[in-house]
Amino acid sequence: MKFGVCVFPGSNCDYDTYYVLRDVVGVEVKFLDFRETKIQNIDCVVLPGGFSFGDYLRAGALASKTPIAKALMDFAQKGGFVVGICNGFQILTELHLLPGALLRNENLRFVCKDVYLRVENSSTHFTKKLEKGEVIRMPIAHGEGGFYVPEDELRRLEERGQILFRYCQEDGSITKEANPNGSVGNIAGVCNETFNVFGLMPHPERACEDLLGYYDGLLLWYSLISA
Amino acid sequence: MRVRVLITPKEGLLDPEGRAVKEILEDNGYKVKSVRVGKVVELEVEDPSQVKEMVEKFLYNPLIEEYVIE
Repeated sequence: MKFGVCVFPGSNCDYDTYYVLRDVVGVEVKFLDFRETKIQNIDCVVLPGGFSFGDYLRAGALASKTPIAKALMDFAQKGGFVVGICNGFQILTELHLLPGALLRNENLRFVCKDVYLRVENSSTHFTKKLEKGEVIRMPIAHGEGGFYVPEDELRRLEERGQILFRYCQEDGSITKEANPNGSVGNIAGVCNETFNVFGLMPHPERACEDLLGYYDGLLLWYSLISA
Repeated sequence: MRVRVLITPKEGLLDPEGRAVKEILEDNGYKVKSVRVGKVVELEVEDPSQVKEMVEKFLYNPLIEEYVIE
C-alpha cells in the first residue's frame, strides 16, 4: 500500500507522518505538494496536522481550494483512502468530504494533552485492528477542534456508524469532563458515508513508538495496510 | 468598487469568542444581551455581480456562519 502525505504551506506534522509511515510502519510513502494537480499510484492520502495557510479565513478553508485538494476530491470519489489528522480533518470538512465543521474550542484555549478515545466502530478500514469499546490513548494539540454538526445530522452519523472515536475517560465512559474542546457527542473522529475518508483531531502519528510512551496510533496504520 | 462582506457565526450556534467578550463587557458594568464576533472581508472588484458567488463558494461556511453583503 502506497501513501502520500500532502504538504501545504504551514503544515507541520508532515515530516512526523512521513517518518512514521516509512520508518515505523515500513510502507512506501511520498510527499504531495499542494500545487500538484494529480494523485497517481497512491492508495492512501494523508492530510497532516499543522496550520495550513496560517489558518487564515477559517482553519483549512484555503487549503481546500488548492490544486491538490481538487485532485483529492476526484481521488476520494473513486474510492481512494484519505486520512485527515487535526488540520487535515479541518481541511476535509471544508472540502465537504466529511460532514460537519470544527469550531473554536469551547474553553477558548489551545489544548495540548493526552486524551482517551473509545472505539465506536471497528468494522472500518481505519479501525479493523481495534475492538469496539476499546479505549486507546493519543495526544491532541489544537485550538479549533470542537466538532459540530446539527442534531439531525448527528443522529444520522450515529445510525450509519460514521463515528469512529469519542473522547472518553480512562474507563471508557463518555463524560463532559472527558471532552477537551466542546465537540458534540464527544466526537473525536468521523468517516464519510462510504467509509473511505476519515478525519480525527487526535494525532496517531505522534503515538507510534515506545520511546514516546504509547503506540496506539500504530493500530490505525496497521488497520489501513491490511485493507 | 468596494464591497464589504460581514461574516458572523450563525445565530444559536456556540460562539465562545462572543461569549468571552460578552462576559468581559458585563464584568465592566455594561449591559449586553448577546455578542457575536465575526469578520469583515473587504473586496475591491470591477464586477460586483460575482461577489455573492465568491462569498457562497469561498468566504463563508454555510453550516456555521451567516453573511451580509453591504
